[in-house]
Amino acid sequence: MLHAVFLVPLFPLVGFVVLLAVGRRLGEPVAGRIGTASVAGSFVAACVTLAGLAGRPSGSQVLTCSDSCGAGASAAGAAGTAASGHSFFTWITVGGLHVKVAILLDPLSMTMVMFVTGVSMLIHLYSIGYMKGDRDFTKFFVYMNAFVFSMLVLVLADNLLVTFVGWEGVGLCSYWLVSFWFFRDTAASAGKKAFIYNRIGDVGFLLAMFLIFSKTGTLTYLSVFAHRNHLVGGGAVVAAVLLLFLAATGKSAQIPLFNWLPDAMEGPTPVSALIHAATMVTAGVYLMCRVNPLLSLTPDARWVIAAIGGVTAFVAATIACAQQDIKRGLAFSTVSQIGYMVLAVGTGSYVAAIFLMVTHAFYKGLLFLGAGSVIHGLDDEQDMKRMGGLRRFMPWTYVTFLCAWLAIAAVPPFSGFWAKGDVLTNVYARTLPLYALGLLTAFFTAYYMSRIFFLTFTGRERWREPAPDGRPPHRTPHEAPWVMRAPLVVLAFFSVFAGAVNLPWVHVGTLDEWLRPVFGHRLFVAGLSTGGQVALAVADAVVAVAALYVAWRLWRRTTDRPALEPMFLQRVWYWDNFYDLVIGRPGQAFARACAVVVDARVIDGAVNGIGTLVRSTARGIRRVQTGYVRNYLLGIAFGLAAILAFMLSRTW
Amino acid sequence: MSIGPAWYLALAAVLFALGGIGVLVRRNVLVMFMCIELMLNAANLSFVTFSRVLGDIGGQSLVFFVLVVAAAEVVVGLGIVVAIFRRRANTTADDLHEMRG
Repeated sequence: MLHAVFLVPLFPLVGFVVLLAVGRRLGEPVAGRIGTASVAGSFVAACVTLAGLAGRPSGSQVLTCSDSCGAGASAAGAAGTAASGHSFFTWITVGGLHVKVAILLDPLSMTMVMFVTGVSMLIHLYSIGYMKGDRDFTKFFVYMNAFVFSMLVLVLADNLLVTFVGWEGVGLCSYWLVSFWFFRDTAASAGKKAFIYNRIGDVGFLLAMFLIFSKTGTLTYLSVFAHRNHLVGGGAVVAAVLLLFLAATGKSAQIPLFNWLPDAMEGPTPVSALIHAATMVTAGVYLMCRVNPLLSLTPDARWVIAAIGGVTAFVAATIACAQQDIKRGLAFSTVSQIGYMVLAVGTGSYVAAIFLMVTHAFYKGLLFLGAGSVIHGLDDEQDMKRMGGLRRFMPWTYVTFLCAWLAIAAVPPFSGFWAKGDVLTNVYARTLPLYALGLLTAFFTAYYMSRIFFLTFTGRERWREPAPDGRPPHRTPHEAPWVMRAPLVVLAFFSVFAGAVNLPWVHVGTLDEWLRPVFGHRLFVAGLSTGGQVALAVADAVVAVAALYVAWRLWRRTTDRPALEPMFLQRVWYWDNFYDLVIGRPGQAFARACAVVVDARVIDGAVNGIGTLVRSTARGIRRVQTGYVRNYLLGIAFGLAAILAFMLSRTW
Repeated sequence: MSIGPAWYLALAAVLFALGGIGVLVRRNVLVMFMCIELMLNAANLSFVTFSRVLGDIGGQSLVFFVLVVAAAEVVVGLGIVVAIFRRRANTTADDLHEMRG
């Protein structure tokens, strides 16, 4: 049954190739069905693998190909079970570097594969409805299948280099899909922005790989962990972890590289749901969890990670309170939620990070799909100030969005409450200031999410009125077709109940126990009494409900509260302006200096100078050619005389 | 008094100098031609002289090459001169300076 893991990435690859070859001929609905079916096949294969992996005893759940360097067998977690040979082929063999395209199957990657394939399947299905009538319908599914394949490569890779291949693959697909409607200037430039921000992070990934290879002589995860003592000393491990974290900040949209994610909302909404909420942006957190044995060596680097996660969560949550565009609001919410995950990673509670990641994939995917349903029903309107009162017209979207809203606001007993509670409890056990920041962020989270909810679904039906800038009123909105409703319902179910996989008072069969082969035992919660944990949970719930009440008072009927939407927050704390001032403007000035001075003067000057020199020299030398034979003959005679004189002088 | 090789060489030098000066100072193309022939034959004379002195047949065989080349040169040169005669009355070299740079 474990061999089904080979099929997991192969299904989307086959779907990608088939759609690329004959997709255009298959046309509109069929191409979408093939794309969905390939991901569904992948999901089924993942389920089979999960059944196989869960059937193994707890000590032998880390499966990898037998490492050719001979180091893998001795790795800490491998437990000598490296028999099944989950390797496709050997990719690179140069000197001491052996890179296999191989699969590392353990509870962590299995968890990722399950929710990646599951959510992808639902969003592919949804896309058939959402992208209906688009002129590039087929191309959309080509990109989507390529994305799922890359994401699975990233997750399942057994070494850093293959992970990097998947890492770049998802980045590329993200670029394609953000600028999918490339005929809009904003979409084209948003794609470029996303790509460039990610490239900055990728440099960190590459440098970390170089460093790790130079110190340990291998890139395979388990071998690196087995040889991690070579990294200690000289700051190598701090540098490696922080460089990998730089890559994670790029991919997972954390400070200082988070600005690309809101702009990435220019892509079609299913893309925002799949790539920029549920799966790709959590890849950075996954990477950090994957290298947790390295993180455990450097408390210093972990403090940096925790601080950046906490601050990002807070900053993004405040910004989300002032957005008008529903998708941008949700994008900042994503940044904030990933900030929580990074905070959890930084405090060493990896299980909490993965728990939040899984539940977040469900409810944030649902929020985006619900927003997509609203946008679809309102003829591509994204401004929440022009929505309102949609409850009566879109009952399915309303109810499912309600579930996701309560989940992300961490209202018990929805899934977000358990996941966020897990994170906050672990942070509390570790550091009080970051816990306070996290709790404040939880308040803002519940507040901005409620604001979005009330503005969209309750209050006056503002879409009946013409827009302030003169656009005509919208037609009566319509509910989405069933291919879009079905994923909403499934995701709503999981948004409500996904918390059950890791309830705090259950200790058998939980996510915590399942991930123990990867992360070891939990460290911090053990130090808290049961009463303390209950008190923290009550605090979470009280904060969430209080924020809900505040938002209900403020935004239930009114849409216009400029005091609560200051320009400072609408303009993203002036982060973009800051980058523009510090990097953009000097860069432009430098480029202009190069264009005007270096290019026009130095390079063109050199070229033109050589031309002028040749021409003026030629003009002088031309005089010599008089056309009179006697002149030439005289020249010959003088030359002859000179040669003779020279030879005679040599002789005598 | 025997006539040694120095006399031949001196004669060759005189002939060469006469030819060279003639090429430089005369303007008539035909005369310039004859002067060039004079220089070539001066060279031939010195070849033959050295061949005789050194007992080496190479110098004499080289003379044949020079004669052949000179004959070919005369054919081409006279062809050009005839062509020039058809276009203009005289054969002054200085009038032919269309190739001036």
